[in-house]
Amino acid sequence: MKTIMKSGILTAAAVVLSASLALPALARDLTVVSWGGNYQDAQRNIYFKPFSEKLGKPVLDEAWDGGIGVIQSKVKAGAPNWDAVQVEAEELALGCADGLYEKIDWDKMGGKDKFLDSAVNDCGVGAIVWSTAIAYDGAKLKEGPTSWADFWNVEKFPGKRSLRKGPKYTLEFALLADGVSKDELYDVLGTDEGVERAFKKLDELKSNIVWWESGAQPLQFLASGEVAMTSAYNGRITGINRTEGKNFKVVFPGSIYAVDSWVVLKDAENKDAAQDFIAFASLPDNQAKLPEFVAYGLPNKEAASKVPAEFAKDLPTDPANMTDSIPLNVDFWIDNAESLTQRFNAWLAQ
Amino acid sequence: MSGGSSRTGRSLLLLAPLLVFLIGFFVWPLFSMMSQAISDPAVLRLLPRSAEVIGDWDRKSPPTMPMQAALVEDLKAVDDDQALGDMVRRLNSARSGFRTLMSKTTSALADPANPPADLVSIDKRWEKPEFWIAIADALSPYTDRNLLAAVDLGRNAAGNIEHLPADQSVNRVILVRTFWIAALVTFFCACIGFPYAIIAASLDGWKRDLMLGAVLLPLWTSLLVRTAAWFILLQEQGLINDLLRGIGLIDAPLALIFNRTGVIIAMTHVLLPFMVLPIYSVLITIPKNLMPAAASLGAPPLRAFLRVLLPLSLRGVASGCLLVFISAIGYYITPALIGGPGDQMISSIIAFYATGSANWGMAGALGMVLLVATLVLYSVYARLSNDESGRR
Repeated sequence: MKTIMKSGILTAAAVVLSASLALPALARDLTVVSWGGNYQDAQRNIYFKPFSEKLGKPVLDEAWDGGIGVIQSKVKAGAPNWDAVQVEAEELALGCADGLYEKIDWDKMGGKDKFLDSAVNDCGVGAIVWSTAIAYDGAKLKEGPTSWADFWNVEKFPGKRSLRKGPKYTLEFALLADGVSKDELYDVLGTDEGVERAFKKLDELKSNIVWWESGAQPLQFLASGEVAMTSAYNGRITGINRTEGKNFKVVFPGSIYAVDSWVVLKDAENKDAAQDFIAFASLPDNQAKLPEFVAYGLPNKEAASKVPAEFAKDLPTDPANMTDSIPLNVDFWIDNAESLTQRFNAWLAQ
Repeated sequence: MSGGSSRTGRSLLLLAPLLVFLIGFFVWPLFSMMSQAISDPAVLRLLPRSAEVIGDWDRKSPPTMPMQAALVEDLKAVDDDQALGDMVRRLNSARSGFRTLMSKTTSALADPANPPADLVSIDKRWEKPEFWIAIADALSPYTDRNLLAAVDLGRNAAGNIEHLPADQSVNRVILVRTFWIAALVTFFCACIGFPYAIIAASLDGWKRDLMLGAVLLPLWTSLLVRTAAWFILLQEQGLINDLLRGIGLIDAPLALIFNRTGVIIAMTHVLLPFMVLPIYSVLITIPKNLMPAAASLGAPPLRAFLRVLLPLSLRGVASGCLLVFISAIGYYITPALIGGPGDQMISSIIAFYATGSANWGMAGALGMVLLVATLVLYSVYARLSNDESGRR
């Protein structure tokens, strides 16, 4: 009896052990990671599904919320379970310097000269150009705000405001509201006095601000009337206007735009397929379909020229929208994100 | 004798999966988290030559030529991008600007066509002692920097511990706030959960099932869904405000969301099952004839409750409180969605360091402070409940 039990236990242990050893050997399908929401729904239709058909294999897609720590932990643990990931400009710069990404095979992508300069990087291919801008409900405010100074003016435009919780964008917007010109913006923010000035300007509005953390929140706040105006991602605003018949307005002057890029995680299992996928998603004919679903600008020049005029006017890259908007200074934020976040949290807690 | 030890061996074997699980998923992560907070080898590993010469420097004057030469040699010898990344992250965390400075420097050094004369000719910032002090301070393999920063302390240039400037001090305020919110939530959970459990335990049949179901069903719903539901109920044009205005109780909408009130309401609801269930499980073990017995001996209901039911059920209340409190201090989503800027809890700061800036040293140190504080509270609880059983 004893021996039977003993051998039984041993067999069970052996089975469990061998099963756990055998698991990692299973091949994983190409896994593409993006930002979720209506944007990823659009990507699934125009990139993921067609590429899966072309490949003859499933393409898995997941959503994430950003954060270089997430990428770092996946790569450092070895054998990351993501292949192609869409990242923000800072994550591209930080991860590329830290060796977290594979180098891009630019011949596969059709050559660097086919893309906007800001979309070309050793480790990444630009996927979209997107803006953070003032948004308000045109049905409630007939005469809307036109600048960040208006955003700060609670007498002329009563009601609460919403901004993304964190120093990035918030400090820039405060300085713009305080009268700093867009060309001097990052020079001013680069000094201690400039940071001081931005926080002082924020003090004026602090009691009227509701902070948002995920991109869907500002839409919800506007729709429910919780706030009179908010900062928001331009693609989400155009999206909700088209799907739910809202009349939300985007104020492009004073908006800050940035490029999101596709990267391939270092030593990912499907790294070659991931590069093929990025090439597929960068083809002019495929990319040109995106603005019909989400109003983000296209980094492939030929794709941008193929966008129908009715959609092109909503894009951050449209010349009329581009004139008074500002490119995000990535170098400033990779240097200062940590110390300014600490300072921002201290300011919030006061 | 031998039979006994083989029995011990066998029972140990049966326990083995549990032990392996505990070590693998609890002890080891905890240990590595703590060691992340205090060990700091990223800089020393890559800059051995600089470590030798930087000790002779007075920390005030501009960097000497041997220091610059040693750093150039060290940087040229680096062939691991990820190790370099760890070092730069560590340095940039101590002194903003190292990110761009290092990438500019390494790419200039990697260019064989025109070798730079010295570091200062690559970037003027290399003249500043601040950057070299950051390197010098980061060269020790162990550090108390993260632990000190977790409670808003730091070392000044002379190496003495002092308060960080007010515009960088936030952790202590947020830690105290975290414990305060958790305590309030625990209090309200006890106020609602105790009577609820008494009523549920006094019923039987479908009524009891209904009451328990009402507690358990939300527990099986996603935390995010429950929080989102509170968002809809509490907002300015939400159901609660509309109802109160509809029946004429209030004129202007109550501020129920983006403040402490909302956080407490939502967290109390979410955590209520963890209070009700332990109390209920103790209450149903108390013989039902005790209260009638007290009454027959002349105790009025309140006195009977205070002298009989309350002492007997106190153990359940205490473990409920402990469960709720410990769950509450780790809350993240609910304060983020329902709370205002003054309701951020410590988890959101830990999350920023862990995922936002990949500064696992700081994340580990804050986690450690939270762990120690919780352990202290737990030991107080254990001491109190021991006294309880000792008296009996």
